[in-house]
Amino acid sequence: MTDRAALLVLADGRFPAGGHAHSGGAEAAVSAGLVRDAAGLEAFCRGRLHTAGLVAAGLAAAAAAGCDPLPLDEAADARTPSPALRRASRRLGRQLLRAARAIWPCGDLDALAAARPRGAHQPVVLGLAARSAGLPALDAAYAAAYESVSGPAGATVRLLRLDPVDAAGVLARLAEDVDRVAARAAGAARRVAAEGVEALPAVSAPLLDISAERHAALPVRLFAS
Amino acid sequence: MTLTAATASRAGRPGPGVHATARIRAVRAGTVTALPVLAGDGPFDLRRGRSDGSQARVCVIGAMSAPLGGDRLRIEVGVEEDAHLRVTSAGATVALRGPTSGHAAYDVRVSVAAGASLQWLPEPLISAARSNLRQTCVVDLAATARLVLREEHVLGRVGEPPGRLSARLTVRRGGRPLLDLESRYGPDAPGWDGPAVLAGHRTAGQILVADPGLDERAPAVRLAGDDPGEGQAVLTPLAGPAFLVSAVAPDLVRLRRLLEAASRIA
Repeated sequence: MTDRAALLVLADGRFPAGGHAHSGGAEAAVSAGLVRDAAGLEAFCRGRLHTAGLVAAGLAAAAAAGCDPLPLDEAADARTPSPALRRASRRLGRQLLRAARAIWPCGDLDALAAARPRGAHQPVVLGLAARSAGLPALDAAYAAAYESVSGPAGATVRLLRLDPVDAAGVLARLAEDVDRVAARAAGAARRVAAEGVEALPAVSAPLLDISAERHAALPVRLFAS
Repeated sequence: MTLTAATASRAGRPGPGVHATARIRAVRAGTVTALPVLAGDGPFDLRRGRSDGSQARVCVIGAMSAPLGGDRLRIEVGVEEDAHLRVTSAGATVALRGPTSGHAAYDVRVSVAAGASLQWLPEPLISAARSNLRQTCVVDLAATARLVLREEHVLGRVGEPPGRLSARLTVRRGGRPLLDLESRYGPDAPGWDGPAVLAGHRTAGQILVADPGLDERAPAVRLAGDDPGEGQAVLTPLAGPAFLVSAVAPDLVRLRRLLEAASRIA
């Protein structure tokens, strides 16, 4: 029996997991002049969704489907060449795990916290939290895919003083893409039992990696990543 | 091999596309590396070059006309214990639309055993308009093996948009994942041209260096390229004893300059 409303709780931007401190690469793209308006934000989000978003959705879906989280955590490392992005993902994972253990206590979350005291990758924790909340793999994929664009959209409202209505319009126009990415991620997660973690998507975005390191080297920035 | 000759030689083959597997096996023989298997096939002609010390050298010739849609191409490389091998190619590989609109597959399978090393340094892969290529490169490294691997993608010939390109690079070390990245560009990859992925650049490339010695002396992050319009590169240490240099640029000349600048270890 699925408690579908739990998905709204988990995907809510006000869920206390520290996501508001990160821009998903939007701050670096805005500073570089690559995102100046709603159209630029949409292009940025579309690219992020089909690369980092798809990868995160695959990992989250696999964790929600009951795959062992530790090999998934290794798979996340192999898909994240940027050390700044690995650090950000583990920090967010640690914060999410703390909240999830308090909200949906379960042995699996405790075991992951014990095995990765410095934090597991955020999408893996997200998937396991979804599982603890009684959500299926597809819902976990939706939460990760949506978060991969809602984070940058929210950050860009602050960075560019973009009209929140325009930012919401961008997210609405990406809805079909989010559907496709979540479905593809959940489909890949179903193949992990037979094929291993290499069945999961690994699509990369070179500029997200390069900009993340450029951003991490800045002395002053609004967002942590 | 010219394009015309390649097309003519394809005419006599059954079914659409060429099916070919080339194989290289390198073994240590005293102070040198021997190549007991060096077997070209289809569009792949393998030439042995002059060795450099204990390192054997092979050049892949004639990949120029391949792969076309419908082709199934494969290269298998085994570098056995303590052997050292360098593989290059004589020219760029151009993915073209074939007799069918279906995809071409180009799969590289590599294993590098204990104490052995491989330098895999092919010329760029050019994704021509309306081509459709799925490339996979899977590398299995022993814990004490070393690897230098370069890949460069050129998206479209001059003045044309790219075709569909997917290139997955999967590297395992001691059976565990070390790096797993798919480069996906062109009409099947929404947002590929936008500010999160390539921001209008037409070339992307990476150099992976895996070496157990990096466990003790991991290089620091290094950025190259100050003007984003001219391209950018970064050297990033991976979670294992390896680093990746990744670059994007408007053209191949600037891409290579950036890859070189970022990979130069002080």
